[in-house]
Amino acid sequence: MISKLRQFGAFWYDFVIGDDWRVAVGVVLALAATYGLHQAAWPAWWVVPVAVVILLPYSLWRTTRSQRRS
Amino acid sequence: MSGGALFVAVFLACAVEAVEATTIVLAAGAARDWRSALWGLFGALLTLAVLIAALGPALSAVPLHALRLVVGGLLLVFGLQWLRKAILRASGHKALHDEEQIYAAEVAAASAAPHERRGAVTDWYAFTLSFKGVLLEGLEVVFIALTFGTNDHNLPLASAAAGAAVVVVGVAGIAVRAPLARVPENSMKFVVGVMLTAFGTFWGAEGAGARWPESDASLPVVVAAVAALAFGLVGVLRRQPMSTYRASAAASVVSR
Repeated sequence: MISKLRQFGAFWYDFVIGDDWRVAVGVVLALAATYGLHQAAWPAWWVVPVAVVILLPYSLWRTTRSQRRS
Repeated sequence: MSGGALFVAVFLACAVEAVEATTIVLAAGAARDWRSALWGLFGALLTLAVLIAALGPALSAVPLHALRLVVGGLLLVFGLQWLRKAILRASGHKALHDEEQIYAAEVAAASAAPHERRGAVTDWYAFTLSFKGVLLEGLEVVFIALTFGTNDHNLPLASAAAGAAVVVVGVAGIAVRAPLARVPENSMKFVVGVMLTAFGTFWGAEGAGARWPESDASLPVVVAAVAALAFGLVGVLRRQPMSTYRASAAASVVSR
């Protein structure tokens, strides 16, 4: 039963988060920052695009670096 | 978003998933037993229909801002995964998705497995292979159609696009009785990765309270910016030194 629950959890983790959890954490932080800026009445639309510009190259850099090491 | 853009985005994303599911069903049917493979296909479609019937109305009842925040965030995480893999493939750092190779591997594995009858299913392996393949790929189809449809207040159009993709790919698969290797799957995955990331960026930020400078007119700009970023990253990665993986990538069989 526990192994089935683990498999179920692992499936959803892989489905939603994938193989780089840092991207998911970065997206959550970006959305939280957007919400915070909006609450403070600051323009907030730029936060998520900037996060994408940082997260995507960072994730690619980590992947290619680990490929070069292996 | 215009109806045309919604239809194209959902159609392309769902067609990619449908090609992968078709390859698995064809392998299960050709190497094992067509009847059991088709039972698996229809069983998975029924399960997906129940999921849609349960989730569709529930999603429609969620307030739009909360929906856009959660769904936009999920779509962005999901899109960045797709886009990262698509960029790695386009730059040669990951083997291209090859339906013929995947089909051959599935057929080889299916041929080696023992036969087992369970109830009305004459070949349990063919049934489960087909069922799991269609269910897993189908879940992505459902996720994409529901999120795009509910966010854009046009669930019927998104569902029609998803259904059209599944029917077109399914009919093509039945007609050729072979993996759909001619479909430009890697290019489609690149486009879908750009679309999912752009829509996730737009809806996620809106759901968190942000107001885009030109409202909905900003969406095409976001799509273009994400595409430019992705192409730029492909160019940068192509200039990187070849890794051991890259050297053998062309011969590898990969899954998405």
